[in-house]
Amino acid sequence: MSAVPESFLFGKLTLDAVPWHEPIIMTAVAGMVLAAVTVLGLVTYFRLWKTLWNEWLTTVDHKRIGVMYIILAMVMLLRGFADALMMRTQQALASTGGPGYLPPQHFDQIFTAHGVIMIFFMAMPFVVGLMNIVMPLQIGARDVAFPYLNSVSFWLTVAGAVLVNISLAVGEFAHTGWLAYPPLSELHYSSGVGVDYYIWALQISGLGTLLSGVNLITTILTMRAPGMTMMRMPIFTWTTLCANMLIVAAFPILTVTLAMLGLDRYLGMHFFTNSDGGNAMMYVNLIWAWGHPEVYILILPAFGIYSEVISTFSSKRLFGYTSMVYATVCITVLSFVVWLHHFFTMGSGANVNAFFGITTMVISIPTGVKIFNWLFTMYRGRVRLEVPVLWTLGFIVTFVIGGMTGVLMAVPPADFVLHNSLFLIAHFHNAIIGGVVFGCMAGLNYWFPKAFGFKLDPRLGKVSFWCWLVGFYIAFMPLYALGLMGMTRRLDHVNNPVWHVYLVVAMVGAVLIFCGIIAQIAQIVVSIINRDQLRDVTGDPWDGRTLEWATSSPPPFYNFARIPHVESVDAFWEMKRAGRASAPLPSYQRIHMPRNTGTGVILGGLSVVLGFALVWHIWWLAALGFTAMVALAIIHSFDEDRDYYVPPSEVARIEGSYFEQLTAENQNERPSLAA
Amino acid sequence: MARAGAVVATAPLLGGCQMVLMDPKGPIGAQEKSIILLATGLMLIVVVPVIVMTIAFAWRYRASNTSATYAPEWHHSNKIEAVVWAIPCLIVMALGSVTWASSHKLDPWQPLASPMKPIEVEVVSLDWKWLFIYPQYHIASVNQLAMPVGRPVHFRLTSATVMNSFFIPQLGSQIYTMTGMETQLNLRADHAGVYQGISANYSGKGFADMKFKTLALSKAGFNAWIAKASASKATLDVASYKTLDAPGVAATAYYGTVDPALYGKILNRCVDAVPCHDAKHVAMNHSAEPDMAMRMPSPSSITKHKS
Repeated sequence: MSAVPESFLFGKLTLDAVPWHEPIIMTAVAGMVLAAVTVLGLVTYFRLWKTLWNEWLTTVDHKRIGVMYIILAMVMLLRGFADALMMRTQQALASTGGPGYLPPQHFDQIFTAHGVIMIFFMAMPFVVGLMNIVMPLQIGARDVAFPYLNSVSFWLTVAGAVLVNISLAVGEFAHTGWLAYPPLSELHYSSGVGVDYYIWALQISGLGTLLSGVNLITTILTMRAPGMTMMRMPIFTWTTLCANMLIVAAFPILTVTLAMLGLDRYLGMHFFTNSDGGNAMMYVNLIWAWGHPEVYILILPAFGIYSEVISTFSSKRLFGYTSMVYATVCITVLSFVVWLHHFFTMGSGANVNAFFGITTMVISIPTGVKIFNWLFTMYRGRVRLEVPVLWTLGFIVTFVIGGMTGVLMAVPPADFVLHNSLFLIAHFHNAIIGGVVFGCMAGLNYWFPKAFGFKLDPRLGKVSFWCWLVGFYIAFMPLYALGLMGMTRRLDHVNNPVWHVYLVVAMVGAVLIFCGIIAQIAQIVVSIINRDQLRDVTGDPWDGRTLEWATSSPPPFYNFARIPHVESVDAFWEMKRAGRASAPLPSYQRIHMPRNTGTGVILGGLSVVLGFALVWHIWWLAALGFTAMVALAIIHSFDEDRDYYVPPSEVARIEGSYFEQLTAENQNERPSLAA
Repeated sequence: MARAGAVVATAPLLGGCQMVLMDPKGPIGAQEKSIILLATGLMLIVVVPVIVMTIAFAWRYRASNTSATYAPEWHHSNKIEAVVWAIPCLIVMALGSVTWASSHKLDPWQPLASPMKPIEVEVVSLDWKWLFIYPQYHIASVNQLAMPVGRPVHFRLTSATVMNSFFIPQLGSQIYTMTGMETQLNLRADHAGVYQGISANYSGKGFADMKFKTLALSKAGFNAWIAKASASKATLDVASYKTLDAPGVAATAYYGTVDPALYGKILNRCVDAVPCHDAKHVAMNHSAEPDMAMRMPSPSSITKHKS
């Protein structure tokens, strides 16, 4: 707790910042370093540096940026899930009176890191990645509105994730819980660098998310194919629009809130301190004014995915398109007037509590309508039980349970006994795993062939699905029960033989989910190995309905040789029915495209330097990093050579090879997937 | 090994009696239990059919079942849409009225109707222990709360450290404790027994051990407990409070004498300050008709009094 003397050169940073004496942490760090070295070694061995730099790191192609977002999400899923397994193991081991294997300070960092990583660096990048890959294709655009900005957004998100991972090896992470409530997160109670890592990781990645939100909204509003009115947009595009509206409205709140906490910690201000007029309740209100919309930022795109999947695989138009759109918009608006339900127990009056309880319940109306619409889409359809559909069915069954427990806790007196209990933990995992994660998995299996030109192995996909589904119930149903038994969250040890049994069962469930994650990774690896058998040359492996299936897989970097004309919802379905799909054009026109730039990745790297320097009070380095970022952004703005035209001959060549493959495929007369 | 196996096998069955929220020992907890059951029941009216329909529709309309009707263009029905908007609306209207009524009835500030005058308890959360001051009896205890069966207890709560939440699961409602602010809670135990009390809001490394025992005692038992505490030689004044305030887990302790102004000083964060602002002022502030503002002394008023 004593103040560390700061040196000019290194700030608070000394060699003691590395937790040498913590074998668990050092093993994890060694594993991470080893993995990084292996990857870098392989890249060097296969001489891929140039490809990596030219094709990926500097890319402004929305599809590749989307793929990189999803790779980030999967890497961070492993990290966040390792935390989950450690927590489950600790609680199982330390529930009969023993201390377990994790001391409180370590356990507290783990549950904080788990929450932060899973929300900000797993769920968010996964969802944003899918939006990036799919949305421009769905609206018939050639890229997003601001391709360079998209690259910057992505690399800022990576920078945040890198800072969280650095905190494992150098210093510590916050031990405050994932929302870092003050006064616990104030200097007086958390004098280490953990909260500072938290603040800067989220500030940097949050800026990236905000910029991405602006970018995707602009893209949807201005770059839709001719004829695509708002009420002809695919539902996933609608949910992307609404989610990004929420991002643009809510993320500034997070930025300001964390800035105020930062001012308290860095400049001795008193926004949220116990002393000198600070008020922690203001932080709790502000952080949830961002935090509840955040839940819908994640779930709305997932709802969009389910809508696309259920309609495609039922070979039937989505039931109640208009209802679906209005329900989405209702949820978007309502998500801003429910935040207080996260703290009914903070002493607001009955009128206030009742108001927020009822607004929360009102959200369940449009959500319920969506669920019924999915059901009636299957009704009188031809439901192909492919992997994305399994995830969707698993979602509906699981999510209605999570929704029910959520509405239950929206009744303030019920929340008075369930608040902060494991019942709450079970509820939000029920909603986030059953809603968001299942949606991401459905989206991954559904759109993977679009992004890479071959399908994912369905057998391993099914193994993964069943492990996740069964594992989820085994892991979280005991937590509901434990909540009713009065077990609160974030306990590093307890002494209760009855709870112990439930905690052991929950741990088994977590291990089963882990098997699901392994199966998911195996599915991708096996599919890459067997890519020739799984190849789809049509660009439309699922008999799709929306425009992303109207081009080849993977799409050419310009997406569409000619921008399609849209005349209805399910534009591609109509084109196929009218026989207007997949025909080579007599001639092609030149295509205007953005040039790749390394500015985004360099800005991301500099922001890691800036964040790290701010965490450790290395002021000269922070000033240098910040100046370099601003200078680079200005220099880039003077770069006039940032776009070019793809000549018609090049377009003709690319399109020609696609149609050649298509013809070859048709001559082979393989049974059509559409049949 | 076999014994361990037997314990493991029977423990989930014992779980039934461990569901403390379903086994309340006072009127607040009992009402909250019935609200949980009522709300769950209301929602199951929709949830069960949805789950059944999901499985039934997916099975009936599976692609391999070519005998099922296939209507690829059917995508709208005013009747169905009316029903799917109406059903959730009706359920929410029912639940909403339950919410409105119960939020007022079970407002933690709401005194419990009783011919008996409530026992007053001032609660302070510390790192990582609970201090209970009984102003009517001029005694205090640490990590042990006693209350007579059948008589309401009126808690006034604050924190000397980070946020915590005061919670006795079997008696019902929890409420946050926050520095410089006072929350209130009214509870009653209707059955004698020992009930676990916890902090339900994470407060740092000693959090897991921040527990207290709630003794719900007969009238005679309660008087004996008061007498035992009064007999303690220990005095709770500014000096001994500061010892107690040092971070760490504490054992059960009693104080036979208590500085009557101490709670006010803790609440107004002026244990060290001279002159400290008048505790009566706080009490007045809080007895005024409450809603948001009055319940939580504004930060400016706290600063003003400090200076």
